[in-house]
Amino acid sequence: MQRRHIDESPIRFDLWRRRLPNWLQRFLPSGGGTHEDHHGKGMFGLTIFLLSESIIFLSFIFTYVALRLTTHNWLPPGISGPELSTLVVINTVVLLSSSFVIQPAENALKRNQLSKFRWLWLITIAMGSYFLVGLLIEWKSLDFKITTGLVGSTFYLLTGFHGLHVLAGVVLQIIMLIRSFIPGNYNQTHFGTSATTLFWHFVDVVWVFLFSLIYLWRT
Amino acid sequence: MTHDFSQEITGDRESQNQQGNTWRQYFSFNTDHKVIGVQYMVMTFIFFLIGGLLAMLIRAELLTPESNLVDRPLYNGLFTMHGTIMIFLWIIPFNAGLSNYLVPLMIGARDMSFPLLNAISFWILPPAGLLLLSSFFLPNGTAQAGWWSYPPVSLQVPGDQFINGEFIWIVSLVLIGISSIMGAVNFVTTIFWMRAPGMTFFRMPVFVWSVFSAQLLQLVNLPALTAALILLLLDLSFGTQFFKPDANGDPIIYQHLFWFYSHPAVYIMALPAFGIFAEILPAFSRNPLFGYRSVAIATLGIAFISIFVWVHHMFTSATPGWMRMTFMATSMLVAIPTGIKAFAWTATIWRSKLHLETPMLFAMGGAAMFIFGGVTGVMLAATPFDIHVNNTYFVVGHFHYIVFNTITMAIFAAIYYWFPKITGRMYAEGWGKLHFWLTFIPANITFFSMHPLGLQGMLRRVSSYDPQYQGWNIIASLASFLLGASTLPFIANIVGSWLYGPRAVDNPWHATGLEWTTSSPPPRDNFEEIPTVTRPPYDYGNPKYSVIVNSDNSE
Repeated sequence: MQRRHIDESPIRFDLWRRRLPNWLQRFLPSGGGTHEDHHGKGMFGLTIFLLSESIIFLSFIFTYVALRLTTHNWLPPGISGPELSTLVVINTVVLLSSSFVIQPAENALKRNQLSKFRWLWLITIAMGSYFLVGLLIEWKSLDFKITTGLVGSTFYLLTGFHGLHVLAGVVLQIIMLIRSFIPGNYNQTHFGTSATTLFWHFVDVVWVFLFSLIYLWRT
Repeated sequence: MTHDFSQEITGDRESQNQQGNTWRQYFSFNTDHKVIGVQYMVMTFIFFLIGGLLAMLIRAELLTPESNLVDRPLYNGLFTMHGTIMIFLWIIPFNAGLSNYLVPLMIGARDMSFPLLNAISFWILPPAGLLLLSSFFLPNGTAQAGWWSYPPVSLQVPGDQFINGEFIWIVSLVLIGISSIMGAVNFVTTIFWMRAPGMTFFRMPVFVWSVFSAQLLQLVNLPALTAALILLLLDLSFGTQFFKPDANGDPIIYQHLFWFYSHPAVYIMALPAFGIFAEILPAFSRNPLFGYRSVAIATLGIAFISIFVWVHHMFTSATPGWMRMTFMATSMLVAIPTGIKAFAWTATIWRSKLHLETPMLFAMGGAAMFIFGGVTGVMLAATPFDIHVNNTYFVVGHFHYIVFNTITMAIFAAIYYWFPKITGRMYAEGWGKLHFWLTFIPANITFFSMHPLGLQGMLRRVSSYDPQYQGWNIIASLASFLLGASTLPFIANIVGSWLYGPRAVDNPWHATGLEWTTSSPPPRDNFEEIPTVTRPPYDYGNPKYSVIVNSDNSE
């Protein structure tokens, strides 16, 4: 039998042959096949990792919303639930504004202003740590535990899982600060700081959703 | 962490090959994607043998209607572990290993984009697998709630120990999940960033498209399983009430989260298998893959649609009618892109001269069995039929037609097809064909028998049954023992050929893929020169493209 080439197929089966491929081609990076551009590759990898991570948060949020909508006595007797206290508001303001501190820090490093970077970075670490301490104080002050009905289970799950992310962010920030003092480590530190900054923004954005769901959605 | 390979590639090819061949590498922490790929494949094969032995114990118990070989808790543990091992420690990580080996070679890259992360992804698995197996030795045995681990059953563990079979099961699966997520980040980044010059998306082999789609699914869906497992662990060990019905919790939420991953997981397992068919069928029929672009886009299409079908596992879970209807429709919709693929495979081999070497036998066998498994899949997507056969052996039979008769067959096809590339040696053809027939016939007898059993109403997950079901059960069990024995010629062939087989040439199948343009086994850095790709894939029989790759300096 005569050998066929793809273009000579008797049936034009590939409907999208012209449009979608050309469209895709324009938007996708073309290959280089090398190890160059660590920064771009790393940030791409981190971005899709964070998208993946956000699915865990979405799953928890789905659980929270589904349970909350289907449970009649959401708050057990004598329990007031998580309150929108001054502590929570200040905590939220501190965490969200830290995004506006870490970004100038990263930009400073890009312009090689090392001492400005270190100061702003240190302030971010302090703000993140403040949030964590505030979270612990809030947990202490509440009249319910993780085992107290669905309200306790979901509250400590959401704030605890987010708190773990804040903790991871602060640890990363401390590592990057230490690395900025190691001579000759500038390039790696630079990727590390960009990655930490992106992670920190992610943690902040997640908190906006959690804060709205936990504290602003009143029964 | 990166490594400067520039010094290593200056040596002559022979010494590089020897570098790639040192057996000690395979037992060490190594960042070479080829070593990691082989590590994955060998380790998962050991788990495949363990999972297979558990399956034969299950089949031995089912030889007689009475429950007389193992006690019921152990029987529950056997089928739970069989399912868990085969899915999470055989098919998914084997595909990860094969993809690890092939993707950088197929797209003309020197390695994966994050080699250190790649090695860590692998080295999480052996401890996680051993941890899972260790639960057999706990006082109250291993997890017994099936691989779904539905609450509230999974929360009713025997005994009061904090460390129990279910606890170990959850921790192992979370670890395996972390490994898979890191792997998925690595694969997607590699395919986006590391392609050789000229390797556009529509010049990628379908296998790479399949890996890309499957790994996207891992990124999107696996976190839902991780979330479900975290919640289950909190319920099990820390007193929360998410899934406890007696405390207002809702076990159905677990089912939603679980199937949001575990239905696409079927495609995470099957897409690479489809990719394997798309590599092997053209090579052994000397025809270009029919409708390449449609197949590539259908691959993405399958991945996309499969995100929206999970509720068809919950037709009997008090699911509202509108939801049943919607998900029945979306589930059936998957048949369109999969049909495109099956049509393309058929059209590829249509009126061609087939070369029936072992890889082709396994690929054709697997593809044909997929048609059968796919048809019963569409049947199960229909709500009325599903309600009738739900939780019966019909589902078990359908599922095994996909995971064994299609995917594991594809894996065997892949092992034979790329064996010369990986080892630099040829396998023994006769032994390979023996292995095929010893696998193909018993597998069909074993898993076909489950369909009439299910239609007659035999439930799954039971160790004793009504005597009316014994006939088909005996047939299934005896065939399954033969199926188990068929692994022996395979092991003998692979081990013997790896050690003593004749040297293979670089491209024994005269295939068009980029991986065949480098030596067998490939040098540490894959290619002496990064190739420039100037042609579409699968250009079999086109004289215009007789030169496969124009390397920068080759002409």
